[in-house]
Amino acid sequence: MRAVRKTMSPHMPANIPLTAAEARDLRAFAGTMIPASERYDAPGADDEAIFAEIVKSLGRDREDIGLALRRLTVLAGGAFADLPAERRLVVANELRAEGGLPLAALTRVILLCYYRDDRVMRSLGQEPRPPFPLGHVVEQGDWSLLDPVKKRAPFYRR
Amino acid sequence: MNDKVDVLIIGSGASGAAAAWSLADSRMRILCLEQGDWVKPTDYPSNGRDWEERLFTDFAINPNRRARETDYPINDANSPIKVVNFNGVGGGTIMYTAHYPRLKPADFKVRSLDGVADDWPVDYDTLDPFFAENDRMMGVSGLAGDPGYPFHQPPMPPMPLGRTGQHIGRAMNKLGWHWWPSDSTIATEDYEGRGRCINLGHCTPGCAQGAKASTDITYWPAAIRAGVELRTRCRVREITLDENGMASGAIYYDARGEEQFQPAELVIVACNGVGTPRLLLNSQSGRFPNGLANSTDLVGRNLMFHPYAYTYGYVDEEMDGNRGPILCLWSQEFYETDKARDFVRGYTFQINRGTASIVEAISSTAAGRLPFGEEHHAVYRRLLNHRIGLSAICEDLPEAHNRVTLDPVLKDSNGIPAPRIDYTLSDNSRRMMAHGIAHATQVLETAGARDISTEAPILNGGWHLLGTARMGNDPGRSVVNGWGRCHDVKNLFIVDGSIWVTSGGVNPTSTIQALSLWIADNIKRRAADGTLFD
Repeated sequence: MRAVRKTMSPHMPANIPLTAAEARDLRAFAGTMIPASERYDAPGADDEAIFAEIVKSLGRDREDIGLALRRLTVLAGGAFADLPAERRLVVANELRAEGGLPLAALTRVILLCYYRDDRVMRSLGQEPRPPFPLGHVVEQGDWSLLDPVKKRAPFYRR
Repeated sequence: MNDKVDVLIIGSGASGAAAAWSLADSRMRILCLEQGDWVKPTDYPSNGRDWEERLFTDFAINPNRRARETDYPINDANSPIKVVNFNGVGGGTIMYTAHYPRLKPADFKVRSLDGVADDWPVDYDTLDPFFAENDRMMGVSGLAGDPGYPFHQPPMPPMPLGRTGQHIGRAMNKLGWHWWPSDSTIATEDYEGRGRCINLGHCTPGCAQGAKASTDITYWPAAIRAGVELRTRCRVREITLDENGMASGAIYYDARGEEQFQPAELVIVACNGVGTPRLLLNSQSGRFPNGLANSTDLVGRNLMFHPYAYTYGYVDEEMDGNRGPILCLWSQEFYETDKARDFVRGYTFQINRGTASIVEAISSTAAGRLPFGEEHHAVYRRLLNHRIGLSAICEDLPEAHNRVTLDPVLKDSNGIPAPRIDYTLSDNSRRMMAHGIAHATQVLETAGARDISTEAPILNGGWHLLGTARMGNDPGRSVVNGWGRCHDVKNLFIVDGSIWVTSGGVNPTSTIQALSLWIADNIKRRAADGTLFD
């Protein structure tokens, strides 16, 4: 006997693709949040490849991200992507000031995809690879720092 | 119907695995039912470039977020601390930090020493040989000689101090406060078939190298070699009773969702401080209408979490970041009760090595430190790998109103009622957290940190699930006796964190496993001399 699966959480995947208007606003928001930087030789979060990753990664946050984008439209008084660049930053910060789970989901998916892009990782001095199997190096350090603590008498109670 | 076994263990995590291994040498027929799957090394996030994304999906610490088919939902809306766990072979040890302090001698005598809560019916010296055996089986790294503890010798040398450890150590020395390299179940040498740590980054979401000791790679291979059967994808709905009031076995759903009955001579519950009361409360009968072994109405009560007060800041020098296991040192300067303070009991500081790269961006965005727009890049570069932090892991005292019950609506994928958590922070915990934050701030300022921030309690910080089927010698005030046997049902044992009387101020896995070995030893000894069911 297999019981009917109940809802695990409010975060189940919606599997609903973004509308064209949502995709346009999401890309504009991503580029406002993290614009390209010549100084650091880093693409913006609205870069074509990064944005494609963002769209693929909405997953279980699709519903919350839709809510955030709808709120963005309200704050923008229309399509966020149609605003001039300076105004976009103001409206994006207004959304940020309101806070909430939908905003957290929106910014999280952008950051998760942006900071794993090869170009971005290289601009940060990171190797674009998974942690396994090469790992990292942690220095042993100066163990003599512990000498004053070793001299201390036992201080636990019995 | 399945063939009857001598011992049925429910749950394959920290305590269930230890009990299974210990009992294997009795030559009894032992079966463990586990609701989750085996996790393969190639499953772990550190194999892929999307490893940080998976901290928010299939390797999220919160089961409601992770929402695997093998997870059960938890209604935690009425708790400022959310339950975190993992359901699979190894249980919570798959995703723990591997920070491995023991409870201290005074933790077993809280009533006698400090006049609060209750003493345990077992003490440190009794458990000491079981701590040592468990350290050997799990493979503990650490440095002998900590003045905060009775002497013990971890089998492997400690993890490296790293940049972060040295930085914090210098600050602690300036203050004259205790600090020490943590006991950890991360192998610093090749150990019993496990490769040494190669610093894959934060190892909370499992270790692809196998350097972090989860019980699927420590106890279970040995237990299975010794003849124990481990059956996965088996979710137990209830424990059944025979006409004499003894446990007769368990009803569970197998991988196909088919209902099965597994008869047993003896049942051991090892489902953690939330899963165990859930199972007992779901096991209702004419004899126990309010749940099995619950004649005292104590099953599910006295839930203790350990409120975590996390304080962090940023220094100019580059630290370890996510290179290396997240925890490297502890300080027990404020562990023992001091009557000059406005709270009883105390806490451990655990020192965080740093933060994963993208998690730094996410948390700093949420905290308002990381701006949108052109400035984003420059600010992020000042934050990345510059964070140092300390968490005060505060002793949570037992309170009957903090409890696990059954949710009247929420169910898992097999239709089994899910747990509901009702939990509030006590005034004592709040004062202890405030003390921890103030003193962590002092450390960070001494270390030259800026932009000091706190999260208290850590929202997704319900790692330690304790106290919901407490042990004691008085059957009117406890669920199990001094060696884990239920007062109400003489062939039913509990070996997980549910049986804790008080919580101490340390990560509990080491003590949970030592207790499980101690209970298993009692079962073997008393089965041999005929006193098991007296």
